[in-house]
Amino acid sequence: MSEQPAAGTVSLDKTASETRRRLSFRFEIDPARKESPWWMTIVSIVLALLACAIFIAANGKNPWLVYEKMFRGAFMSEFGITETLVKAIPLLLCGLGVAIAYRISVWNIGAEGQFVAGAIGATAVTVYLPEMPMSLTIPIMIVFAVVAGGIWGALTALPKVYFQVNELITSLMLNYVALLLLDYLVFDPWKDPKGFNFPGTPMFTDAQMLPVLGDTRLHLGLVFALVIVLIYWFTVKYTRWGYELRLIGANQDAARNAGINIKKHILIVMVISGAVAGIAGMSEVTGVTHRLMYGISPGYGYTAIIVAWIAKLNPFGLVISSVLFGGLIVGGYSVQTMGLPSSISSMIQGAILFFLIAGNMISKFRLRRNG
Amino acid sequence: MDLITQLLVAAISSGTPLLFATLGGILIERSGVMQLGAEGLMLMGAVIACTTYIHTGSLGWTLLAVLVVGGALGLLHSFLTVTLRANQVVSGLAMTLFGSGLSAYLGKSITGTPIPGSVPKIDLNFLDGIPIIGDMFAHLDILTWFSLILVILAHLFIHRTSWGLHLRAIGDNPATADVMGIPVQIFRYGYIIIGSMLIGLAGADLLLVYSPTWIEGMTAGRGWIAVALIIFARWNPLRALFCAYFFGAMDTIGFKIQLIGSAIPSYFLKMIPYIITILVLMYLGWRNRNKPSGSPEALGAPYIREQRF
Repeated sequence: MSEQPAAGTVSLDKTASETRRRLSFRFEIDPARKESPWWMTIVSIVLALLACAIFIAANGKNPWLVYEKMFRGAFMSEFGITETLVKAIPLLLCGLGVAIAYRISVWNIGAEGQFVAGAIGATAVTVYLPEMPMSLTIPIMIVFAVVAGGIWGALTALPKVYFQVNELITSLMLNYVALLLLDYLVFDPWKDPKGFNFPGTPMFTDAQMLPVLGDTRLHLGLVFALVIVLIYWFTVKYTRWGYELRLIGANQDAARNAGINIKKHILIVMVISGAVAGIAGMSEVTGVTHRLMYGISPGYGYTAIIVAWIAKLNPFGLVISSVLFGGLIVGGYSVQTMGLPSSISSMIQGAILFFLIAGNMISKFRLRRNG
Repeated sequence: MDLITQLLVAAISSGTPLLFATLGGILIERSGVMQLGAEGLMLMGAVIACTTYIHTGSLGWTLLAVLVVGGALGLLHSFLTVTLRANQVVSGLAMTLFGSGLSAYLGKSITGTPIPGSVPKIDLNFLDGIPIIGDMFAHLDILTWFSLILVILAHLFIHRTSWGLHLRAIGDNPATADVMGIPVQIFRYGYIIIGSMLIGLAGADLLLVYSPTWIEGMTAGRGWIAVALIIFARWNPLRALFCAYFFGAMDTIGFKIQLIGSAIPSYFLKMIPYIITILVLMYLGWRNRNKPSGSPEALGAPYIREQRF
């Protein structure tokens, strides 16, 4: 096959020239294939773990042992499993929040700020309305968190809708604003006077805490999250509004021509997106930390982006992926005893997203023989 | 020095990282590919600069390492967006998340370690007598001078050379450029790699000149501000210079107000650059409501040469 006829030689033998044709392939997008197969997600995760193994080995550790310890720490004990679920709750809620925005191609990366806004909103109830029974406090906290998160979402949506400002930049800038506001509150006006200078509010009273399951740390926030999963699924699949969202996501021009008010939808979706992340913040302060404090979120809002993406915005997929990433965070903590930084989990998260994008695209291509 | 002079001096020192990142972003986006990974690239540039400088003690190796790592990440971004035609927004986001995670992981052991030297300065002593100019330009470091030269080079390159014309062509209308025989994919690879190197250098400049110890997440949103600056500058290197210095000044204005002794808590003063970014973008959106934004026409759309089925 490698023998090419010398220049100037005229081959009259038709069959001979055909067999001498170079074997070549081309790599092109397969128009018939829209979705990548489910196993591609698993392949991507495995490849991402292999890629990160290089960095772990560079730190002088055996990657296999590290991964084994992470897995054991996250899933192989009762404590590990409940911790994983505790971490999965804010990831699931924030993930649902960003997923609904991504459905109509609004790139909300401000879940972190909306989470913090929700946490601040819920804590405001404990500061200004301290003496109330639980049956009143928790619902009021939810309302405050929804309003605070919703306002934070609207602050991203309004510039986008009325001034064509890229929502990626706005939502990220607002994350820093929310974190600085949190720092101000816990270092200054809301600081616990008896807290030995710890940057946090006083501990909540029993009436201000979410009930937990038995003697674990697993709290009622899990129920909130699962209820919202069902609402999301039902709304997107079976209501007229959900149909309009899917139409906008599939083809914005077609949706506009069909008379759908896209600006209104972007506003509503961003408020909902912020409100859901706000509930995550509320469930974290009332269910886990029991106080508002410095560094309340170890980046849940950013991890949620990957959680939503890996689940392909499917609400039930989100349940699985949030547990997986909750486990990754817990596993990251458990390898600290081996002398590895817990940021190993954020490194793996980023790598998974990269391989996922590549995997999803590669499975849309097909290999074809030329000629 | 009076307050205005202080602010101008600070504008240069804190604006230079933004300038490098904006110039890199302009090169990438002019070729028609969105660049949203600046935050991650800057963090990687900073952590690589810190690690290499601490371990080798040589500024030359440090800058080389930063350029290599920036280029490698650029190669990754271009493989995803140009060859695989992945969504450019998501790929940029992945770059940011991966860069923050990996830099935190790599930088854990050197957190808080001061770097063993500083970037050499060029002393122009004859400028010392001149009031404002002297304070601003007499003792700048070589990276800052390099960024100023780069602005002029980038401007001349984009607007005065045939290569620059090709760059604008593949960003505005890749199909036409392809017909003209310009290798669109290869050029996009090249510009993404060079631009990512510059953004990595922005992180290195932040670490080597502006705040010389590594802290996790030390860019604090500067990568995203640089993304906004590309829009303010309307994809033009000369405008990028003024925009970057304006934001450099905004970055430090809170600190200066605090020094004067104001009653506003410092947390609110630190919000200034972020809020100004949103407000300026809103103003631009309002002003340009009936005008083109100046963005490359094919920005964000992967180029697919007509394929046979």
